[in-house]
Amino acid sequence: MSMSAERAVIETESGHEGGDDEVRIPGRWSSVLRTTLRQRRVIAGIAVLVLLMLAAWVGPLFAQWGFEERDYANFLQPPSPEHWFGTDNTGRDIYILTMVGLQKSIIIGLLVAVITTVVAAVVGAFAGYFLGPTDKAMMWVTDLALVLPSFLILAILYPAIRGSGWLIFVLLLAAFMWMITAKMIRGMTISLKEREYVLAARYMGVPAWKIIFRHIIPNMSSLLIVDATINVSTAIIAETSLSYFGFGVQPPDVSLGSLIALGARQAVTHPWTFVFCTGLLIILVLAVNLIGEGLRDALDPQSKSRRA
Amino acid sequence: MNYVVLIFLATTFAYLLAASTLSPRANYAEMQPRPSEEQIDARLDELNLNDKTPLAERYAHWITDVATGDFGKGVTGSSINEEMGRRVGVSLRLIFFGTIIGATSGVLIGAYGAVRQYRLFDRTSTGAAFFVLSVPAVVIAISLQVIAVAINEATGVQIFQYAGEYTTGLDAGFWGHLGNRIQHAILPTLALAIGQFAAFSRYQRNMMLDVIGSDFVRTAMAKGLTRRKALFKHALRTALIPTVTYFTFVFGIMLAGTTFTEKIYGWKGMGSWVIDSIVTNDVNAVAAVSCFMAVCVMAASFFSDILYAWLDPRVRVS
Repeated sequence: MSMSAERAVIETESGHEGGDDEVRIPGRWSSVLRTTLRQRRVIAGIAVLVLLMLAAWVGPLFAQWGFEERDYANFLQPPSPEHWFGTDNTGRDIYILTMVGLQKSIIIGLLVAVITTVVAAVVGAFAGYFLGPTDKAMMWVTDLALVLPSFLILAILYPAIRGSGWLIFVLLLAAFMWMITAKMIRGMTISLKEREYVLAARYMGVPAWKIIFRHIIPNMSSLLIVDATINVSTAIIAETSLSYFGFGVQPPDVSLGSLIALGARQAVTHPWTFVFCTGLLIILVLAVNLIGEGLRDALDPQSKSRRA
Repeated sequence: MNYVVLIFLATTFAYLLAASTLSPRANYAEMQPRPSEEQIDARLDELNLNDKTPLAERYAHWITDVATGDFGKGVTGSSINEEMGRRVGVSLRLIFFGTIIGATSGVLIGAYGAVRQYRLFDRTSTGAAFFVLSVPAVVIAISLQVIAVAINEATGVQIFQYAGEYTTGLDAGFWGHLGNRIQHAILPTLALAIGQFAAFSRYQRNMMLDVIGSDFVRTAMAKGLTRRKALFKHALRTALIPTVTYFTFVFGIMLAGTTFTEKIYGWKGMGSWVIDSIVTNDVNAVAAVSCFMAVCVMAASFFSDILYAWLDPRVRVS
């Protein structure tokens, strides 16, 4: 019976199974969950993230102004009971813009992280499992993608995708974020494929792709979860940077990045156009990073950050 | 050899992508009076940017020139090589001080934080580093600008300058010019240094914590060395090995891309050239920047590996 069995049945002296003497050994994931939830920073991060998600999706319901509405009597007005976060230079309510922008930033972060992690896991695992020409080809592509200046490529491609909506932007962001994780996963796969359970599956004639998806990738789940979490914040920061230069989310869509870009031009004279979206962005990234660090401590016994 | 091939492929990819996506012809549409189609074609032919010429032909022409070390001319007709030389100098000036200040302060604070683990200093510095790492570079740069404006207004003196590398047309002699350049350099240098401090302090703290518990440090203390001597003479020296190689890597990467800081503070370095070349549809400049960035990444990776092997005898032996 494997260590990760949900329960171990201990035979009693009389030879009967179970009964009152049945002992439960916690499964790996339940013990991981317990370890994770013991981390104060994870709790703090999750709490803040939940609050931000509530604000992003429930907040607009309490807004006094619609997303498309303009208050022509109040251009660049500071925060007031009528406009909680003030107005921008076209009379739009910054509160509703910020909440919708927060929604978009969270979605972009999550989508990019998921796509990146999936691509990295597949490329890394296949390269590490097959080695030889497959590995050479995949690592060549990985190295080439690492050498390519991602910001420059994304900016060059921007005119071609300008009208295509933000989902294409998500795919492009993800296309330049998987490489380092893929290399790590390749290294782990090379060692994992020599484990008994993988060898047993191979000798039983299980196809290679099944071994990769059933045995190898699930055994790296802890690394992948941590990596995906950290990629959320990386993606949000990347989107902000690109949007600042006009290469990110485009009107009529807004994200925290595009709002920061708009507010930055008036940050000195009209700080409310910059402060609220920036503050929320920092809190969002901090919350995600707290969760990522906590997960790393809980899932990675070698983690140095557990001492942080 | 592998590095050279990767650089070649990266540059080729960037050129082909830029040549097929950007439109130098569009630059002439806004001109008053608008040049004739023949004039535009002649000018674009001269610069090897004519979209009527097949892409393969333009690429062949471009790669032949690059092989001789000539990246061609920009959309304005100026030499890309000269422009690159100028801009690399600007970026180097900015990065050198920013990285040195950031890395040095980060290493010192990180190492001391590890020695004072879980004490107030450690918690504060770790928290500060964690916070800074959660703030985009763009936000750090803009926030510093806002703070500088507030300080300038409060004091009534232009202590901080935040547009350009120096004030053009300033007649103030050598010391006046130097002072003016320093005034302009404070904010962008600080913006870079803050980011570097955060990364290096966390990195150095982890490295130091790894080493503090090592046998050789315990042995040093058992042989009668004071804790301070054991930590600084043995632990810190060993913990600095990966940090020095990390510094080499970071420096190379930064040379290729302090885009946000340069653009926000109006410094005409390599980073801001990335944006400028795309906005002006300058295909040759985009390709040159890509090549430079690829070389920087590869050189950074190569030299950090070499340095690590040189500094760490365990790697040398293996």
